[in-house]
Amino acid sequence: MDFDLNEEQRLLKDSIDGLLTNSYDFDQRKKYMAEKGGWSKAVWLKLAEQGLLGLPFAEADGGFGGGGVETMIVMEALGKALVLEPYLATVVIGGGFLRHAGTEAQKAAHVPSIIDGSKTLAFAQLEKNSRYDLFDVTTTAKKKGDAYVIDGEKFVVLNGENADTLIVTARTKGDRRDKAGIGVFLVPANAKGVSRKGYPTQDGLHAADITFTGVEVGPDAVLGNPEDSLALIERVVDEARIALCAEAVGLMDESLKTTVEYIKTRKQFGVAIGSFQSLQHRASDMFVAAEQARSMSMFATMAGDFEDAKERTNAIAAAKVQIGKSAKFVGQQSIQLHGGIGMTMEARIGHYFKRLTMIENSFGDTDYHQRRVADAGGLI
Amino acid sequence: MDLAFTREEQAFREEVRQFFRDNVPSETRRKMVEGRHLSKDEMVTWWRILNKKGWGVSHWPKEYGGTGWTAVQHYIFNEELQAHPAPQPLAFGVSMVGPVIYTFGNEEQKKKYLPRIANVDDWWCQGFSEPGSGSDLASLKTKAERRGDKWIINGQKTWTTLAQHADMIFCLCRTDTNAKKQMGISFIVFSMKSNGVTVRPIQTIDGGHEVNEVFFDDVEVPIENLVGEENKGWDYAKFLLGNERTGIARVGVSKERLRRIKDLASKVEAGGKPILQDPAFREKLAACEIELKALELTQLRVVADEGKHGKGKPNPASSVLKIKGSEIQQTTTELLMEVIGPFAAPYDVHGDDGSNETMDWTAQIAPSYFNNRKVSIYGGSNEIQRNIIAKAVLGL
Repeated sequence: MDFDLNEEQRLLKDSIDGLLTNSYDFDQRKKYMAEKGGWSKAVWLKLAEQGLLGLPFAEADGGFGGGGVETMIVMEALGKALVLEPYLATVVIGGGFLRHAGTEAQKAAHVPSIIDGSKTLAFAQLEKNSRYDLFDVTTTAKKKGDAYVIDGEKFVVLNGENADTLIVTARTKGDRRDKAGIGVFLVPANAKGVSRKGYPTQDGLHAADITFTGVEVGPDAVLGNPEDSLALIERVVDEARIALCAEAVGLMDESLKTTVEYIKTRKQFGVAIGSFQSLQHRASDMFVAAEQARSMSMFATMAGDFEDAKERTNAIAAAKVQIGKSAKFVGQQSIQLHGGIGMTMEARIGHYFKRLTMIENSFGDTDYHQRRVADAGGLI
Repeated sequence: MDLAFTREEQAFREEVRQFFRDNVPSETRRKMVEGRHLSKDEMVTWWRILNKKGWGVSHWPKEYGGTGWTAVQHYIFNEELQAHPAPQPLAFGVSMVGPVIYTFGNEEQKKKYLPRIANVDDWWCQGFSEPGSGSDLASLKTKAERRGDKWIINGQKTWTTLAQHADMIFCLCRTDTNAKKQMGISFIVFSMKSNGVTVRPIQTIDGGHEVNEVFFDDVEVPIENLVGEENKGWDYAKFLLGNERTGIARVGVSKERLRRIKDLASKVEAGGKPILQDPAFREKLAACEIELKALELTQLRVVADEGKHGKGKPNPASSVLKIKGSEIQQTTTELLMEVIGPFAAPYDVHGDDGSNETMDWTAQIAPSYFNNRKVSIYGGSNEIQRNIIAKAVLGL
């Protein structure tokens, strides 16, 4: 039982915190947002230079063999700085599919260009009516000789507008909500029949709605078993949830810090408003919420390595519930304690609130995961 | 970071669990599961079993009978004790006055009191709160005047838990009325059998008798019963209150209660099927379990930190444990109320003195719900805990 970071992990934390302190203040972020695609290629290459884009990949594949704790450290730091670059989509999710299911040839084709920062990925999963159910898939992948032909529509694909390669869930067999018959495919974003409509998201990131019309891919596009990859998808999405929990912890830490600084300096009635007990108690409750979230983020990180998929999923669902509740409370109260200034686009705090809000609705919201925990018979 | 228990720690858990299975009297366990009060004899009997095993004062230094366990072992022990469930060692002796005596007392006091605390030869109670001094404890007025080789004590304490059983009291008394309020307080121990001590019961809203008013009317106490230095009592009181950091979350208690809720909810019907199958109820239950899991992890973080860096200053994170721990305990009693629904109503006129052996299993649920409102009030109310976080953590 040890919650401290080891020497290497501390170095990693110092390294990413240092990089972001120097290159990611609020004004710099605004500039990056205005760049083509909505994020900074220069920052992305700096992350690559420090080895962060290769963090979770095996050393044999050119990576650093980092585990869950390492990803947690990076995601917390990215949250703290409100980073726009597509780490989750490319390294955590895209990388996750390649690590868990990629053949040697697939890894050789994609991993080096992720690690050196030259290519990014996106996960095309959400459909119009699928909401949070990963098995609810109507996009089809029909076999045509050795190849597959993909047809369907995917929505709110994070980094979908910029990605070089799309990872697409599609049904090879069965009906819309069947758990069997789902495959995962690597599709070049510029493949014939792929049409992308990109847009910024509420939290300043970029996404796309993507239509696949008769998109033909070869056998080298298939990740894992084309007829039975739900377990793979669940595993990678669980890793995305773990990463989002850590990002949210970073966001909450910074929201609380910013808010406490603000109420220490903002004066009304001749005194700092932080001297009022009603505000102090609110800030204390935010601290409690953030600490409970941090505990569950650690729990989720630990659960990522659980052998038993049911146990893993249940633990991560529980963490997502806590994160969702804490994020909502800390986010909303940060705005409240800032008062009017918190309502402005100009102030930093609102942007933290917006990212926290979007995280709650990513890969299952609080109600969805609470129901899953209840259906699994609880945690105790 | 490694969040798993080691093999040694798991073996230790098994050892502790087995000892409880073999040695906690079954009647004691049953009463605790059902939320009933235990008699003094039942508690003392169990504590002496524990003391005989060498676990009565587990967290004390080895020279005074402690175990030398790691922070994680203490955590495991407490969790298993609460989850069995079995009565926790009498906090007033073992966690409060004991550590003050071995830290600040003289050799004679250590020899005289510590073994008797460990074996519960003396039942101790706490003389802190007064009618006019609740959260503002330092405003206390009970006075100890020095007259020759005696202290003469006058005043009143209140909320004195289980004073009806007590042999001894440790008492905060004002010994300098001119000093700033925190500065003129001394820590004095004396016999509850002394002349001039009167104990009057307070009946709480659950109908129970746990707390009392205690009156001191010219009580004569030997001068050597002062612990530590005169007028330094406030420091000892702060030490005492900060000492109990992690047990306050009562994770084991809430876990045990959640198991009971699930057990009852699988038997009680609503809409023709067990209420455990009701989606709304299940989700509330899941929400509570998730909160508890988060609290357990937060507690482990504090424990691990303590294990690594030693018990230094009280960790302000313990305020988080107090706030969430009490809220969750209260939620569990609410859920129990929800399970039994209309059968919460009947009031048990016999109390739980054992006179009504056929008492319905629902009888203690409403009283337990009412009684548990106390947990967010005592030990520094949750509002005081928020003040502590604001000041000590957030610097407000």
